[in-house]
Amino acid sequence: MQTDLSVVRVMKKFQDFTAVDCVSFDVEKGKFFSILGPSGCGKTTLLRMISGFFEPTSGTIEINGRNMAGIPPNKRPVNLIFQNLALFPMMNVGQNIAFGLERQGEKRHVIQTKTAQMLERVGLPGFEKKKVDQLSGGQRQRVAIARSLILEPAVLLLDEPLGALDLKLREQMKIELKILQTQVGTTFVYITHDQSEALVMSDHVAVMNKGRFEQVDTPRNLYSKPSTPFVARFVGENNQWDARVISLEEHQGRQVAAIMTPEGNQFEALVQGQLTPGDEIDLFLRPEAIVLEPDAAIEGLNRFFIIVRSILFDGANSRILALLPESDREIQISLPQTRQFDHIAPGDRVEAGWSPESGMMFVKEKNMYKDAGTVTP
Amino acid sequence: MKPGIRWGLVIFISPVLAWLTLLIVLPQVDMFIMAIRAENPLGEMGFSLGNFKLFFLEPIYWRTFARTAIFSVLVTFLTFLITMPVAFYITKVVSPKFQGFLAVLVLMPFWVSELVRVYGWMILLRESGVINHFLLKFGVLEQPMEMLYNDVAMVMGLVYTSMLFMLVPLLSALESLDNNLIEAAYDLGGNVWSIAMRIVIPHCLPGIVSGSIVVFMLTLGNYLTPNLMGGKNGLWFTEQIYNQFIASFNWNQGSAFGFLLLILSSGIIWLGLKLTHQRLGKVVQ
Ligand SMILES: Nc1ncnc2c1ncn2[C@@H]1O[C@H](COP(=O)(O)OP(=O)(O)OP(=O)(O)O)[C@@H](O)[C@H]1O
Ligand SMILES: [Mg+2]
Repeated sequence: MQTDLSVVRVMKKFQDFTAVDCVSFDVEKGKFFSILGPSGCGKTTLLRMISGFFEPTSGTIEINGRNMAGIPPNKRPVNLIFQNLALFPMMNVGQNIAFGLERQGEKRHVIQTKTAQMLERVGLPGFEKKKVDQLSGGQRQRVAIARSLILEPAVLLLDEPLGALDLKLREQMKIELKILQTQVGTTFVYITHDQSEALVMSDHVAVMNKGRFEQVDTPRNLYSKPSTPFVARFVGENNQWDARVISLEEHQGRQVAAIMTPEGNQFEALVQGQLTPGDEIDLFLRPEAIVLEPDAAIEGLNRFFIIVRSILFDGANSRILALLPESDREIQISLPQTRQFDHIAPGDRVEAGWSPESGMMFVKEKNMYKDAGTVTP
Repeated sequence: MKPGIRWGLVIFISPVLAWLTLLIVLPQVDMFIMAIRAENPLGEMGFSLGNFKLFFLEPIYWRTFARTAIFSVLVTFLTFLITMPVAFYITKVVSPKFQGFLAVLVLMPFWVSELVRVYGWMILLRESGVINHFLLKFGVLEQPMEMLYNDVAMVMGLVYTSMLFMLVPLLSALESLDNNLIEAAYDLGGNVWSIAMRIVIPHCLPGIVSGSIVVFMLTLGNYLTPNLMGGKNGLWFTEQIYNQFIASFNWNQGSAFGFLLLILSSGIIWLGLKLTHQRLGKVVQ
């Protein structure tokens, strides 16, 4: 596979503040690559280095195998879609889209046909004469994308382009954007702080925190095999539980840890990284990994009791908010809307269980991730 | 609303109306009446278009008139050319900390009167002035050179005098220009020229036009700078008016000239608005 964009150990410092710290990644041709991270983690800074508005303090950026050092934004084969879209209000839609081609000195009739084709492609045929401020949020979005795509860039960079849209439209544009990307086959590098956008659209996602990449992986792997506690917390929802490793044993070729929580629950969980007995760990459990009232016949399940505090009804996304008995540790558990659990009411004492494969364990690092991300929204 | 007089409105608006009537409408009407009266051969005052006729018959008058108009347009344009990059630099290039400081620095000279500023230029430019002194000292010139009292010096003085009135509207117009628009244009392949022509100037057009109107009117009606810095063989039209009123004591002729100047400035501003597709109401906001 051909690599369209290659970023090698790129770093950016503003005075003594490091906004992007030694980031490396490759994007293959035609892929949808997302960078996911909380606000202020350096996403925009990274994108501006790729598009040429910032020079990296160190490291190299290659596009189509060409080193981009010292090449200004107007000479790079990439285009950037700005966080606020930056459509030109002094021009109509057609002039906006034609702007790039005119700068290349393209012939008038070529520009006209290409503009018309591009508008058709993004679902706005015949919109040339419309004013920018007459467009709806979704239409502005598409004009911004058309304005960049018409230049056939090697890589299209998108800086949270859906951020300003309302929820419903965002859901719709997510799917449209993915379909458009597959159709045109342009490499997309998309940045967002919305994990659902990243997971739905991307082939690969990089999770960024404080200027560094924590993990670059497929959406599925990020969700099921997070490699750092930050990723576990940031991608999808997770319950976080303190625990201590009591012992480790081999079990059918797999390493299983016996762990103990401060509340006195003893569990077994499959080890993925490196653990030693006595380690203080964070245990992460997805809300949907916990089953309510598990069948007594199921073996090898970690079982514990909860006191239901409240039921958060949200359609297919409904939850039970529960506490452990005689403790204030909160746990969220998915509540499948199969009517099977309709009898559960706040105050009930209910058994819950999870299988050893679904727990994710990380050795606690002292205060390191204290302020990064939250467990529940 | 009950029918009747709205006293609040009357009280609020009457000073404005009084001001407009007493200081603008009445003098203009008076000027117009004076302009269309002249002495007949018998020495009696009466209605006559002779004052206007004289203007067209005497080449010296309408040449001065045309010269004033052309130079005013030129000064306005030069002021724009010089001020635009300065305003752009202050609002978009310099870090926000220094913006206020730089703006004040540019505006500072305007705290002293125009007369003092013009004398400043004269000290620099005149035959025994500072520039000549240094040019002689470093051997660039053999003989002191007179740099004052020509059109170049006059235009320079007028541009300098007008800069403030162009800078302020341009600063506020550029302030409201989203930096991302400039960056987006750059990203799409624009260069300095195309970004200026397609993005920056169209965005700032209302500010440019309002600045230009003020600069143009002030230049056209300026008396001091052309008088002090301009050459003796190229008059400014205001000097003609002055001569009629003060030197020839022909108030009727002076009024006619004043009226022509008013028509000229209105005409050129109207033309400018038409050419830039702007409306006066929008521009003066
Ligand atoms: N020109 C600059 N000078 C100094 N610091 C800067 C500059 N640009 C960005 N930063 C800092 O770098 C950090 C990363 O900023 P960046 O804009 O890349 O964040 P982001 O991930 O895009 O956030 P958001 O999701 O809010 O857009 C921030 O702490 C910001 O204050
Ligand atoms: Mg950002």
